[in-house]
Amino acid sequence: MRHTIVRKEALNTENYLIEVMAPNLAERFQPGQFVIIRIHEQGERIPLTVAGVNPKKRTITLIFQVVGKTTMELGTLNAGDALINCVGPLGNPTEVKKFGRVICVGGGTGIACIFPIVKALANAGNEVISIIGARTESLLILENEIEAVSTETYIATDDGSKGHHGFVSEVLRDLIKKYKKPGEIDRVVVIGPPQMMKAAAEVTSPYTIKTIASLNTIMIDGTGMCGGCRVFIDGEMKLACIDGPEFNAHKVNFDDVISRLAMFKEKEVLAVKHFQKSIKKKAGRQ
Amino acid sequence: MIEIGGTRVPMREQSVEERIKNFRSVPYGYNKEEVMKEAQRCIQCNGAPCETDCPINMKILEMIREIAYGNFKKAFLIVKEDNSIPGITGRVCPQENQCEGVCPVSKRGNGINIGKLEAFVADWARENGVKEEIHIKERPERVAVIGSGPAGISCSVDLRKFGYQVTLFEALHKAGGVLQYGIPAFRLPTEIVDYEISYLSEIGVDVKLNFFVGQNIKFSELRRDFDAIFIGTGAGAPLFMSIEGENLKRVYSANEFLIRVNLMKAHKFLEYDTPIVWGDTVGVIGAGNVAMDAARCALRLGAKKVYILYRRTKKEAPAREEEIQHALEEGIILEELVAPKRVLGNKDGWVTSVELFKMRLSEADESGRPRPVKIDGSEFILKLDTLVEALGTKPNRLFLHKAPELNVTSWGLIKVDKNLMTNIEGVYAGGDGIRGNATVILALGDGRRAAKSIHERLSKGKKKGVKKD
Ligand SMILES: Cc1cc2nc3c(=O)[nH]c(=O)nc-3n(C[C@H](O)[C@H](O)[C@H](O)COP(=O)(O)OP(=O)(O)OC[C@H]3O[C@@H](n4cnc5c(N)ncnc54)[C@H](O)[C@@H]3O)c2cc1C
Ligand SMILES: Cc1cc2nc3c(=O)[nH]c(=O)nc-3n(C[C@H](O)[C@H](O)[C@H](O)COP(=O)(O)OP(=O)(O)OC[C@H]3O[C@@H](n4cnc5c(N)ncnc54)[C@H](O)[C@@H]3O)c2cc1C
Ligand code: SF4
Ligand code: SF4
Ligand code: FES
Repeated sequence: MRHTIVRKEALNTENYLIEVMAPNLAERFQPGQFVIIRIHEQGERIPLTVAGVNPKKRTITLIFQVVGKTTMELGTLNAGDALINCVGPLGNPTEVKKFGRVICVGGGTGIACIFPIVKALANAGNEVISIIGARTESLLILENEIEAVSTETYIATDDGSKGHHGFVSEVLRDLIKKYKKPGEIDRVVVIGPPQMMKAAAEVTSPYTIKTIASLNTIMIDGTGMCGGCRVFIDGEMKLACIDGPEFNAHKVNFDDVISRLAMFKEKEVLAVKHFQKSIKKKAGRQ
Repeated sequence: MIEIGGTRVPMREQSVEERIKNFRSVPYGYNKEEVMKEAQRCIQCNGAPCETDCPINMKILEMIREIAYGNFKKAFLIVKEDNSIPGITGRVCPQENQCEGVCPVSKRGNGINIGKLEAFVADWARENGVKEEIHIKERPERVAVIGSGPAGISCSVDLRKFGYQVTLFEALHKAGGVLQYGIPAFRLPTEIVDYEISYLSEIGVDVKLNFFVGQNIKFSELRRDFDAIFIGTGAGAPLFMSIEGENLKRVYSANEFLIRVNLMKAHKFLEYDTPIVWGDTVGVIGAGNVAMDAARCALRLGAKKVYILYRRTKKEAPAREEEIQHALEEGIILEELVAPKRVLGNKDGWVTSVELFKMRLSEADESGRPRPVKIDGSEFILKLDTLVEALGTKPNRLFLHKAPELNVTSWGLIKVDKNLMTNIEGVYAGGDGIRGNATVILALGDGRRAAKSIHERLSKGKKKGVKKD
C-alpha cells in the first residue's frame, strides 16, 4: 500500500514535517509509538516516531531531521509523492497515567517525538514541565505547541541564542534542585540524542526519580527478528523495537547505544555522496 | 545396497572462482537431455521408498516416469497435486535424508537426483507459462493466514482451491518468509520465490503486507472477523549466546546479516540504500543451513577468509550435504570442535577477535549426536573482523505476548492437536511456529494438513467458525 504525502513543511534548515495518509495508523496510534518507512523499492527501512495523528483526515505526522541518505531523500519529496511502505504503529506506547508532576525533556528532533507524550500526560491530569533544547534558536521546533500544553516550558540552546546557554540536562539539574524534596517530581521522560539522554539520566539518578528514555537504535524489521536493535538494560539484552523503545534510563547502557549507532557510518557517508552526485546529475540534465 | 543404475548425470555448476563473486545460482540445473537421462536411471522400484520418505509423500515415481518420456507438463501436474512450491523444495529439501537417501539405485549420494528433477519440471513450467488449471467453486467463509513462509503459502493455496476467501497477513514488505529474507539467491533465485508469491494473488489470495498481527492489527480482530485462522508465523527471533562482547560492532545475528543481504540487497549497496559492513576475516558460529548461508554470503560480499566455528565435527553438522560441500569447495574453513567463550573488541567498540574453547565429543545426547564437552584450559584466540551468530531461532515472542490465549510450550512453540488445531477452536498452526527450526517441506506439509482440517471443520455438518472470547 502506498502512503501519499498530503502536506510537507520545512520547519527549519534541518527538520521537515510531512503529513502522510495512513488510515490504520491514524486509528491505532498511541503516544510513544513509531513507524518504519521505506521511500522506494531500493530504499532502506527507517524508524520514525509518530509526532501526531489526524483520525478525521486519516493521516499521521512525521517530523524528521536530515542526517543521512534516507532522510535527505525524504526531504526532497513533496505533497503528492508517496512512501512505498509505512508500517506501524510499532513499539510499546508510553505509560500514560496520573503521576503528579512530570518533567519532559526533548532535544533536537526529539522534541517532535516527545510532543504527543507531553500532550497525553497533560490530558491525564499531570502537571507537565517541559524542557526543550537545540543547538541554536533557529533549530528549535514545536516551541508554541509544547508551551500550549505544558504548565511551564524551559528552553536551552547550545549557543545561548535562546533560553539557557547550554544543555537541557543543566536546566533539568537546576529544576530538580529547586524541587529538592523527594517525591516532588514523580517522573522524567527524555527523548533526544543518546548523549543527551545519558546526561539527563545521570542528573536524575542520584535522586532516584523514575526516568524514561526512548532509544533510537538502528532498526530493520522492527518486529524482533533481526536483533540489530539490541540494547543492554541492566546487563540484560533487550530489543528496542519490541521491548521498547522506552526503557528505564538508569539501567540503559548508553555507551553501547552510542557506539552501535556508528556501526555503518563509513557506508552512510558514501551513500550521501552518491545521492548528492545523482541529484546534481539530474539537475544538470534538466 | 545393490549397485545398479550407474552414476548420476552430473550437475553443471558455476566454477568456484566465478561464483564467489556473484549471487547467482550455483547449479545451472539440468537441460532436457540431462533430465531425461537422469530420470531413466530410476528403476521404478516396488513400493517406491523415495515416496515413503518424502514428508509429503509426493508421487515421485510417476513424476520420474513422465520426465523419462519427456512429458514435462504431465510431470509438472503430478508434482503440483501434492506440492505447491516444487521449484523451491527441489532446491532446498535435505534430500539426502529424505527421498534420495533411501533410493536403492545406487550407493548413498548417488541415488536418483530427485530434487533436481523436481526443480527442473517447476522451472520448465514457469519458463513455458504452463500452469495447473484450477476451477475454484467459491465459498463464503473467510480464512485468515498469518505469515507468508512455506506454511502460510501452502495453506493459502489449498484453502483457495477449496474455495475459501483467504487473507494472508505478512509483517514484512515482501512475502515469502525465510524463502525471501533468509535463504540466499545463490541457492534459491529470487525470481523463483517471487513467481510462487505472485501465484497467490493470481488465484485470488488477498495478500496484506506490512501487517504484524498482534501489533498493528489485533489477533482478537482476526478472531472476530474470520471463520478460521492459520498461524504460520515461523520461528524468526534470533538466539544469542549471552556471552561477553555481543554488543560490539560487527557482531551480527545471522538473521540480521542475511536480512540485510537477501531482503534489503545490501550487496548492491549504493544502488540499494541498506548498508552492511564486514571485514577481511569473518567467523560464523554454527554449522546448520543458516551458518553455511551466512558464511557463503560473507565470501560473496568480499571477505578474504571465512570460518565456520562448530562445536561438533563435520559429520554431525546439520546443514544440507550439498551446502557443506559447496561451502568447502568455495574455501570456507571449517573449524571443528570449538565453542566461543567471549568476544573481544578494541576501545572503539569494534570486534577484533573471539576467544574459543576446544571441545571433545562425549557420549550421545538426546538428539543422538555426540555431546560436545569443553576441554579445560584449552582457550585460544582467533582474530576476526566480523562475527555472525547462527545459533538457531525462536518463535517471535511479541506475537505470543499479544495472543496470550494460545497455549505454548516453555520454548514458545504453539501447541496443536493431531489436526493442527490449537487450544482455540478454529485456530490452527503449523511450520516452524510449532516445530522450532525445521524445514521448508515440513512447513509446507503442515500448511496443507491444516487447510484440510479447516475445510473439514467449515464444510461438514453445521458451520463452526473461530471460538470467540
Ligand atoms: C524508535 C525510533 C524513532 C525515531 N524517530 C525519529 C524521528 O521521529 N525523527 C527523526 O528525525 N529521527 C528519528 N529516529 C532516527 C532515524 O531513524 C534516523 O535518523 C534515520 O534512520 C537515519 O537514516 P538516514 O539514512 O537518513 O541516515 P544514516 O545514513 O542511516 O545515518 C546518519 C547518521 O545518523 C545516525 N543514525 C543512524 N541511524 C540512527 C537512528 N536510528 N537514530 C539516530 N541516529 C541514527 C548514524 O550514527 C549516522 O551517523 C528514530 C529512531 C528510532 C529507533
Ligand atoms: C538462512 C536459512 C536457511 C535455511 N535453509 C533451509 C534449507 O536449505 N532447507 C530447508 O528445508 N529448510 C531451510 N531452512 C528452514 C526453513 O526455511 C524453515 O523451516 C521454514 O521457512 C519455516 O517455514 P514457516 O512457514 O513455518 O515460517 P517462515 O518461513 O519463518 O515464515 C514466517 C513468516 O511469518 C511472518 N510473521 C511472523 N510473525 C508474524 C505476525 N505476527 N504477523 C504477520 N506475519 C508474521 C514472518 O515475517 C515470516 O515472513 C532455512 C532457514 C534459514 C533461516
Ligand atoms: S518434496 Fe523434498 S523430500 Fe519430497 S520429493 Fe521433493 S525434494 Fe524429495
Ligand atoms: S526409490 Fe529411487 S529407483 Fe525407486 S522409484 Fe524412487 S527414485 Fe526410482
Ligand atoms: S529491529 Fe530487528 S529486532 Fe528490532
